[in-house]
Amino acid sequence: MGPLAVNEIISENTNLFLAFIIGIGFGFVLESSGFSSSRKLAGVFYGYDMVVLKVFFTGAITAMLGLLLFSLFGWIDLSMVYVNPLYLPSAIAGGVIMGVGFILGGYCPGTSFCGASIGKIDAMIFIIGLFLGVIIFALGYNLWDELYMAGYKGEPKISTALHLSDGFFALLMVIIALAMFWVAELAEKKFPREEY
Amino acid sequence: MEEKEIKKTAGTKYLNPYMGGVLLGLVLLAANFVAGRGLGASGAIKSVVVSATTVIAPSAEEKSDFVKEFKQTHHGNPMKTWLVFQMAGVIVGGFLSGAIAGRLKLKIEHSPKITSRKRLILALLGGIFFGFGSQLGRGCTSGAALSGMAVLSLGGFVTMMAIFGTGYVLAYFFRKNWI
Repeated sequence: MGPLAVNEIISENTNLFLAFIIGIGFGFVLESSGFSSSRKLAGVFYGYDMVVLKVFFTGAITAMLGLLLFSLFGWIDLSMVYVNPLYLPSAIAGGVIMGVGFILGGYCPGTSFCGASIGKIDAMIFIIGLFLGVIIFALGYNLWDELYMAGYKGEPKISTALHLSDGFFALLMVIIALAMFWVAELAEKKFPREEY
Repeated sequence: MEEKEIKKTAGTKYLNPYMGGVLLGLVLLAANFVAGRGLGASGAIKSVVVSATTVIAPSAEEKSDFVKEFKQTHHGNPMKTWLVFQMAGVIVGGFLSGAIAGRLKLKIEHSPKITSRKRLILALLGGIFFGFGSQLGRGCTSGAALSGMAVLSLGGFVTMMAIFGTGYVLAYFFRKNWI
């Protein structure tokens, strides 16, 4: 059955319409969880507000388990679901540069649009920065395309790389996440502050 | 469904983070079920930039390997892509949530230890870094880290650890901007 668009059960235009609806859900959940506040987001790096860690990992695990269950029930063909390709050097370099952007700007791209949607001027400026960053990447593309294209490893799954079944890896992730949530709750008690 | 959750937690300012996480996971699951791909944000910015290049500088378009690379993986109008529609939804959804919770307000949010001007300069710089990094890393916190993790992508886990690892390493030096 699923993915609906890949199996051509729904038309291209229906798919784009649903993208808009899903986007509304995405923006609504991010904003109502407090992801429209850069100081709340940055809290994850200082322990005073661990909302990013809690929402992010609960979200990843929920979707991960949901996909495995959907696959088990025959509702989705996981081989048709997009798995991000791995180009190891650029994945690390890009991630490090994004980490610098995160600690400087306090937002990531998705959350900055959320912040801007409720009137955060710093988020709007961050978005201008995002466009500049993409334009710089595009203009200088020939300077870093070698790094960008280096070390292609296909679309590996972490479970396969660790020689574990998908289900067992998901169970491990749940346990790791629960441990992190426990630490997160302790950190928030240790570094209390007012709500932003 | 989401509205009901808001009412339930009306006493607090924000949704319970674990409830927010479950709802986020369900949205991500829906994206995969419908489109066979996860959520994203930076991809929509890339679409806009490619689209603008096509309009403003069609001659640059043919020369640019960046645009060529985009066109190899995307067909038709660069604005008619899944992530552009999804990000339009994000703006609407964020606005609705903020409106319901009474958080709509034009303001510059920053630590009392820094000025608004410094906050805006840092936000611009941060955006430039994040925008650049999201292209090099083929996706941002949404598309690479969150969505990648949900489909057990090794790349997603690598990018997630690189983003947050770097944040933690640098956090001490930038503490004044946040705490």
